[in-house]
Amino acid sequence: MSGHVFHPGHSDLHGITVVLETTGGALYVGRYHEETPNGVLLHDVAEHRAGAGGTSREEFFAKTMKFGVRAQHRNLVVPGGEVKRITRLVDWPAG
Amino acid sequence: MPYDPRMVQPMRDEMVRMGAKELVTVADVDAALGDPKGTMLVFVNSVCGCAAGGARPALSLALNHANRPQQVVTVFAGQDTDATGRARQYFADYAPSSPSMALLRDGEVVHFVHRHMIEGHTPQDVARDLTAAFDRYCATTAV
Repeated sequence: MSGHVFHPGHSDLHGITVVLETTGGALYVGRYHEETPNGVLLHDVAEHRAGAGGTSREEFFAKTMKFGVRAQHRNLVVPGGEVKRITRLVDWPAG
Repeated sequence: MPYDPRMVQPMRDEMVRMGAKELVTVADVDAALGDPKGTMLVFVNSVCGCAAGGARPALSLALNHANRPQQVVTVFAGQDTDATGRARQYFADYAPSSPSMALLRDGEVVHFVHRHMIEGHTPQDVARDLTAAFDRYCATTAV
């Protein structure tokens, strides 16, 4: 059963944990599901916003790499026009 | 909603074949993790072929290594939800993901393999990470 995929037909990123950067500076880490007419659907999403008085981006990623993706959103749709770049988490420079 | 048990049985069987003990109830989990002594690997199983399809073979490969955990146990996320939730309480600092693996020594997490560390990697890559942790933290003992 190894390697068996229950949900064929999705994009290569389906099920992969990605970093989605937005044009507005927000950054989301979550499992890519699919691109819909409304935008990119992610599951179990952690969010980081620069300058929000919280941790720095570097701290956010260091914590995510060690302790995992602490989801703040079960499902999140990021409008297509706000998507700047999508990178696999394992390929993220801090990763 | 859990998958049909008949669909996931091969994934359970794969774990048992490699020597893992299935924990399907909260009582099972507490019995296994509640009295922490020595080294134990907790494998959080998953139906997701994207990652679990590589994670199980990775663990199987790693368990052929000379150094390995004294015990290997498994819970099944999305199937045995109470048992999985209970197991995660034993490594609550780590965000839940499945599949994932926690290596514990005397009850403390010494190494954690998150889902994102499995995705896109070959079983050999993941096994290499695991065996490095086994070398560092585990004595040479049989599962």
